[in-house]
Amino acid sequence: MTETVSREQREAGLKGVGCRRRRTEDARFIRGKGNYVDDLKLPGMLFGDFVRSPHAHARIRRLDVSKAAALPGVRAVLTAAELKPLNLHYMPTLAGDVQAVLADEKVLFQNQEVAFVVADDRYVAADAVELVEVEYEPLPPLVDPFRALADDAPVLREDLAGKADGAHGARRHHNHVFSWEVGDKERTDAVFASAPVTVKELISYQRTHPAPLETCACVASMDKVKGELTLWGTFQAPHVIRTVASLLSGIPEHKVRVIAPDIGGGFGNKVGAYPGYICSVVASIVLGVPVKWVEDRMENLSTTSFARDYHMTCELAATEDGRILAQRVHVLADHGAFDACADPTKYPAGFFSVCTGSYDIPTAHLVVDGVYTNKAPGGVAYRCSFRVTEAAYMVERAMDILAGKLGMDPAELRLRNFIKPEQFPYRSALGWEYDSGEYPAAMRKAMGAVGYGGLRREQAERRAAFARGETRELMGIGVAFFTEIVGAGPVKNCDILGIGMFDSAEIRIHPTGAVIARMGTKSQGQGHETTYAQIIASELGIDADLITIEEGDTSTAPYGLGTYGSRSTPVAGAATAMCARKIRAKAQMIAAHLLEVHHNDLEWDVDRFRVKGLPEKTMTMKEIAWAAYHTPVPNIEPGLEAVNYYDPPNMTYPFGAYVCVMDIDVDTGTAKVRRFYALDDCGTRINPMIIEGQVHGGLTEAVGIAMGQEIAYDELGNVKGASLLDFFLPTAVETPVWETDYTVTPSPHHPIGAKGVGESPNVGGVPAFSNAVNDAFAHLGVGHIQMPHDAWRIWMAAERAGLHR
Amino acid sequence: MATRPVTLTVNGRSVIAEVEDRTLLVHLLREHLGLTGTHIGCETSHCGACTVDLDGRSVKSCTLFAVQAEGAEILTVEGLAAPDGTLHALQEGFSAMHGLQCGFCTPGMLVRAYRLLQENPDPSEEEIRRGISGNLCRCTGYQNIVKAIRWAAATLQGRELAEAAE
Repeated sequence: MTETVSREQREAGLKGVGCRRRRTEDARFIRGKGNYVDDLKLPGMLFGDFVRSPHAHARIRRLDVSKAAALPGVRAVLTAAELKPLNLHYMPTLAGDVQAVLADEKVLFQNQEVAFVVADDRYVAADAVELVEVEYEPLPPLVDPFRALADDAPVLREDLAGKADGAHGARRHHNHVFSWEVGDKERTDAVFASAPVTVKELISYQRTHPAPLETCACVASMDKVKGELTLWGTFQAPHVIRTVASLLSGIPEHKVRVIAPDIGGGFGNKVGAYPGYICSVVASIVLGVPVKWVEDRMENLSTTSFARDYHMTCELAATEDGRILAQRVHVLADHGAFDACADPTKYPAGFFSVCTGSYDIPTAHLVVDGVYTNKAPGGVAYRCSFRVTEAAYMVERAMDILAGKLGMDPAELRLRNFIKPEQFPYRSALGWEYDSGEYPAAMRKAMGAVGYGGLRREQAERRAAFARGETRELMGIGVAFFTEIVGAGPVKNCDILGIGMFDSAEIRIHPTGAVIARMGTKSQGQGHETTYAQIIASELGIDADLITIEEGDTSTAPYGLGTYGSRSTPVAGAATAMCARKIRAKAQMIAAHLLEVHHNDLEWDVDRFRVKGLPEKTMTMKEIAWAAYHTPVPNIEPGLEAVNYYDPPNMTYPFGAYVCVMDIDVDTGTAKVRRFYALDDCGTRINPMIIEGQVHGGLTEAVGIAMGQEIAYDELGNVKGASLLDFFLPTAVETPVWETDYTVTPSPHHPIGAKGVGESPNVGGVPAFSNAVNDAFAHLGVGHIQMPHDAWRIWMAAERAGLHR
Repeated sequence: MATRPVTLTVNGRSVIAEVEDRTLLVHLLREHLGLTGTHIGCETSHCGACTVDLDGRSVKSCTLFAVQAEGAEILTVEGLAAPDGTLHALQEGFSAMHGLQCGFCTPGMLVRAYRLLQENPDPSEEEIRRGISGNLCRCTGYQNIVKAIRWAAATLQGRELAEAAE
């Protein structure tokens, strides 16, 4: 047979790795045919709603549900009293703490769950919530984390009385959660004692919230006859939720089915377990009918999973010519009323110890102290790997502060201290092994693209014009260079509730050569159905359009740890490639038998095996698939499928160089992003269109965080502005135009060299915006300006600089 | 609670539903009529996930009572494609330009863009950004949504928009 289609054409026809392939998912979403949790309607389904505390800290004196229970249409009202005999009034958190499911005697944050009303529909449930009578005795609230460890600070967690040890070692105060220390204190202190130049700054990263457009929701359905529980929910990690549901309810794990259908964005908000899930399950078990719970937006912003709230004191020691000698950091971490951080078990502050950033810093020392306050629990990784955005923000602000002290250009200081390409794999002072990087090349490419030197000259001219009174605008140039640490993670280091953070893929080729594959992860908009198929297409030579990807149903998908911390591509993507290679190895044996050659005499060619030296003697994967189900091959099982559980040998370390140019009106405090350039290196690029989309979205979340987002509390612990009226989510008008660019430095240990990208733009974006604001004022001696940089706070900085006189 | 009938036209189909006075339009669409394409993201008119077209205007169905829609003609995302299933240019554009990720804002965004293009068939980028500023998206950063709407506007006018999604 003569070859009429070229190798390149065959390759392109697969729509594999590197293809800007249109998304498989779109077909249902553009028709309004997505399948989100709240779309689910089951016969007899009831609706649950919470009674919540108006107080931040109070004792419950009386709780009377009788009027609510008597309302027609109300089927049950749960309180701590009902949950206690089941030992479910508290639930374990991922951080080794416990969290009240329904408040037991005391409330510890405003909007805390006090009772759960179950009714025929959501309107009746809302009516019944109003009828529950609760008498509170207010207690002094603890809002300021800096006051948490004072001798006279109020005792928040009475349930922990007498517990000198927490999940992460000794607690030294009743409001202390943990102390986490990394690095060489003695050596670091010694370097600081004799360093020619040092800087020190308190850099706060405010409390914020992931706020996916779809709030958290679930439907619990207990089949009492079969003894089976089905739980649909907005779960980024459905398999872990099933294990937790089984352990808490006592229902054997094979009788619990968890289904995460389409998810309307997650960004870390949908990793953990929330009281709404527990209460829905209990109500369904009690009542024997399905129970739905859907948060409203105010509940979402004020109760489920805040992010950040890190107060970071960072010191850098350097030589006079700008070589960094040491880094010393103390973090005060405000965890709210319960430590519900979603971090791998051994990392109470996540991977914050990547805080030496992209720089070759010889020694470092880090201490993180977690404290309880009367605020909502959480501490999730909002579009970042665990606490990596806090670390990157801190070190990137500190670099600018050091540059200012040295009178050096911030980009130049970075170039001087980068980990050099030849130093990889690089062992950081705080213990991480960076897999690969070409930092100087990325930085120089970014500087060239934006015309960095020209921008600095323009800034100098504008500052002079400002001084002459010719303009009221200040120009800021924000430079940020970040290194992420994603893809948790090696099972030896990383687990969630004791389950190692591997991930998995299962691929089955049907007789006709069409494929179904399932993974342990769960897309929330990242486009897994499209990109995993591209990996398989390239590995197996099958058209991506013939590959169906499924995730999210624990009854069909292999066990996996889910999607967060940019781990899908690094871990499940690796599992997918390895799984496909298992199949290809078997296919090679089948082809060898049928072509009557030794398997070592075959070579892979895009979509087929061919006999070395006899290029016309080939067998395509499609032909092999048919043969696998049709022709007996000695010593080989029929069929063509495989499963792979992948334990990554290391994390992956995506990086990037971002530059933001901003113009600030000092009289209104408004900041306008004139230009934003983002260079990302995420290793091998599976679908550039999706990567660029991820970067756009992450940068938009970053501009929201840096320029206005905050979950703030007043002195009484009232949460201020937990609605979209006050909580800043950028619209199309506030969102700048994004310029994306890339370099490619493959991960040496990932089967296809991919590193993950979804969170990089948030990690790198926030410091770029904040550095731009700070840079605009850098010559005016106002010092570090804290986020969020809303118009009022920027105006205040201008006021401090004396610009309104 | 007492109910009353409400009569309206949804996606060209005449419907009668029994609703309470307080039933929200979005719940009528989603729960009584099973049109779950229209989503709820905030219940306070800020996010626009519940946007539908009511008598030729974009409205947020989470803050209208169903009874306020008495006699109205409503278009939801399910009514955008032609009866034979042919997609509207906006639906094609959103997919071609990667104007969606999680899909949750997409129905409201599409229905809003549909009205925007009725009001202004050839909007500038600035006009598109203003025109969709009542609809929040947490995934895309809007850049490709804007491009998708430009693509659709061009297509509806018989022009071609050459740029790829970026």
